[in-house]
Amino acid sequence: MTWITKPKVDWAGQQRNPLGLTIRDYEGVMSTLCAGCGHDSVTAALVQAFWEMAIRPEQVIKLSGIGCSSKTPAYFLGGAHGFNSVHGRMPSIATGALAAHRDLIAVGISGDGDSLSIGMGQFAHAVRRNINVLYLIENNGVYGLTKGQFSASADCGSKSKRGVESRQQAIDPVATAITLGGSFAARSFSGDKKQLVPLIKAGLSHPGCAVIDVISPCVTFNDHEGSTKSYAFTRAHHEAVTEADLVEPAEAIETEYDWGDAVNVTVHDGSTIRFKKLEPDYDWSSRAGALQYLEHHRERGEVVTGLLYRDADQPDFHTIAKTAKQPLRDMEYEQLCPGSDALTSLQDRLR
Amino acid sequence: MKPTDTRNTEYFHRVVDCQWACPAHTDVPEYIRLIAQGRFTDAYMVNRESNVFPGILGRVCDRPCEPACRRTRVDEKPVAICRLKRVAADHKSDIEARLPLVPERKNGKRIALVGAGCASLTVCNDLMPLGYECTVFEALDVPGGLMRSNIPAFRLPAEVLDEEIDYITDMGVDLRLNSPVESMRALLDEGYDAVFVGSGAPKGKELDLPGRSEGDASIHIGIDWLESVAFGHTKRIGKRVLIIGVGNTAMDCCRTSLRLGAEDVKVMARKPRTFFKASDWELEDAEEEQVEIVINHSPKSFVVEDGRLKGMMFDIMEYDIEDGRITDSRVIEETFLPADDVILAIGQETAFPWIERDIGIEFNEWDEPVVDRTTYQSTLPGVFFGGDAAFGPENIIWAVEHGHQAAISIHNHVHDKPVTDRLPRTVNLGSRKMGIHEWSYSNYFEPAARRQMEHVPLTERFRELDTEVELGFTAEQTACEVERCLNCDIQTVFTDELCIECDACVDICPTRCLTITDNAAEDELRQNLTAPADNTEQPLFASGELRQTGRIMVKDENVCVHCGLCAERCPTAAWDMQKSLLDIPYAADHDVTPCQKRRTGT
Repeated sequence: MTWITKPKVDWAGQQRNPLGLTIRDYEGVMSTLCAGCGHDSVTAALVQAFWEMAIRPEQVIKLSGIGCSSKTPAYFLGGAHGFNSVHGRMPSIATGALAAHRDLIAVGISGDGDSLSIGMGQFAHAVRRNINVLYLIENNGVYGLTKGQFSASADCGSKSKRGVESRQQAIDPVATAITLGGSFAARSFSGDKKQLVPLIKAGLSHPGCAVIDVISPCVTFNDHEGSTKSYAFTRAHHEAVTEADLVEPAEAIETEYDWGDAVNVTVHDGSTIRFKKLEPDYDWSSRAGALQYLEHHRERGEVVTGLLYRDADQPDFHTIAKTAKQPLRDMEYEQLCPGSDALTSLQDRLR
Repeated sequence: MKPTDTRNTEYFHRVVDCQWACPAHTDVPEYIRLIAQGRFTDAYMVNRESNVFPGILGRVCDRPCEPACRRTRVDEKPVAICRLKRVAADHKSDIEARLPLVPERKNGKRIALVGAGCASLTVCNDLMPLGYECTVFEALDVPGGLMRSNIPAFRLPAEVLDEEIDYITDMGVDLRLNSPVESMRALLDEGYDAVFVGSGAPKGKELDLPGRSEGDASIHIGIDWLESVAFGHTKRIGKRVLIIGVGNTAMDCCRTSLRLGAEDVKVMARKPRTFFKASDWELEDAEEEQVEIVINHSPKSFVVEDGRLKGMMFDIMEYDIEDGRITDSRVIEETFLPADDVILAIGQETAFPWIERDIGIEFNEWDEPVVDRTTYQSTLPGVFFGGDAAFGPENIIWAVEHGHQAAISIHNHVHDKPVTDRLPRTVNLGSRKMGIHEWSYSNYFEPAARRQMEHVPLTERFRELDTEVELGFTAEQTACEVERCLNCDIQTVFTDELCIECDACVDICPTRCLTITDNAAEDELRQNLTAPADNTEQPLFASGELRQTGRIMVKDENVCVHCGLCAERCPTAAWDMQKSLLDIPYAADHDVTPCQKRRTGT
């Protein structure tokens, strides 16, 4: 927590994006999380990604549940819309918001407690419905707000700050998302913005539910020896398997440099997501392959990161549910509420 | 890039841009903080230690600190450092008790000083408390040198000058007024242990053009004319006045003319504005008084008719300028400007007709004495030069620094120690952390613009020659201006071994000056940072390899606002905010073994 306000310094050499905004224009209020919290780095990565993509803050809706992670939407994009919901219920609110206004760019921030314990059911269905949200899980393996009990993502055998070992199995949100038929599953690390920022950009441009599991160390309760979600352990064991980056339509031409066997996938707005395999035998389009690879490395105690699975052909939530193309707020009152006669005739049809 | 050696004193010194730029290394952030706390007397004493004349310099310093101020890189204008100095001087209480004690028992060393200007007075200030007997020879009937004779009273009131000179002369200096030194040989024969020459650069440059001698009665040398005004010998000037030259002396000449009855004053510049020597604020003050500054006019001749000056002919110039340098010039046409008086303010030189050339003091090809840049000793051991006399016209603050350094040399010399035996500057660092979220300095960033000082209205300021134009800062202005200071002396100090590379500092930095990255050559690093470090005049700090990844922490010093957020957000205290205190050695700090003792030993 910081009591000093971050000063707004308007110095001449600041860089601006095509909208003329500086990166500071994408910040929110001052973080009240612990100094050194991984979540603050995730916040910074989000700020960086939105600024680089020159997205107008008011196009965005930020959604969250309860927990340290769920506080983060306050810390970026002060000019965006937001809804801080009940514990684990972020996906429901996201679904509702998108059903009402499909042009919104939705960012759901959740944590390992919020999504893998109390909100596990919500998480599962958001993934299989393929709702158009960047579903970012700030995963630190502990309940930081309640003083560091193990969460559902704590690895079996990892030690708590008081030396107690976790004896339950861990839920891997990436493997879970792939199993549930998710269309975009990635993992990254708060301490590696070079990987995280491009992944967030790729996730934001993905039509459907883009799950990014971010290992985000809890500096207060889970950054000790014996923890498998500490800065030191993650650095020593994370294994980047792919690189992904978003190439904006404008810059697509000058992309020839040093990407070796990169694969380009064009997304709906004309941008390109560029993937590069760092492991020659990795197939990011195969569910079975991805799961096998994840399991293989889990057994060896390694944390696989990068974009691990993507299937852009899956229909998204709007296609499946046939949501209104026009935002509800723009519809005429009569259209939104056709009156009791219309209700009666509908009910008659169902008798 | 190699890890930055922060044990080298100069690294942290350089971060404090103002103190680094000040020739006397005045501890600016420290005195501004003291003013902020209302401790004006303490602020004054911090100033006095290095610059000796805070009240004088708070009005007329050339302010090398201000263009260097970090604030200019994050805001439009620097902190009003100079005027805050004046605030300390104006509001201080009696400081007599805080002045160094002068021992009654002298050390038996007698020093002769030529000229009672700022350089000589500084030498006395440093040596009197050590028991020296200082004798100052001054040609005029008042001490102060050019501060007295060439700076008009409407910028520097006599009381301020008197007060600060008295602090020094009251230490028991043997001040001999009306005593011009006619012969160095004779002075040396009087058996002083050392001689210091602080006689300034008293000779105004001449402009030898047709008509110069015919119009002599109405053509004046700037510094001589100012002196004549200062001592009441000249009381009026013609209605139309041309000032030739556009340095700070020219500004004093034009503004003084207005107070002696001139109505149409033009300052004639040969070159465009970017080449002016005068400080921006002096130009502004002159223009505020309706002085016209005419550019691209090169003087050609004085026009004299019937023995009376009528005006001057000028060539109108055109220049080719590339990258701020004149590559070619030509005359487009010529023009006549009428004038009743002309004042030449095109520079000044040193003059030593009283120094015999065969006594061992060497002079170079421009007839300037050969003086060592560090020791201020001439080629004749025991004879030292300082102020304008040493290297030609500079500013008061330079003369003060020369005085400090010469005093060290004199102290060494008279005790048979090599004059080159000089202590290095050192830096002390102390953490400013007081508690979990408490830092013992005001790290709030004040976004306000520089405060504008009130001036006496134009209608009133010309009535008396000595009406001080600047009114000083009000309490409200002071309160705001002190907060504009960024506390650059509260340093960001990094400890490699503690860093866990969580990125907290990188993310929180409001000016994006931190980066954790793979090491590379400096040029490459500068482009790889969170924000490109394009200002190559400002150094990069590079840490050693960090424990977890072997990357390094890089800080671009350029726009760091010293808010302390990196240290505040650091979970392991790898970053800390520490106050750097620069310890500047003066003569008193140089321990000299009494020569008698040494003799008994050998």
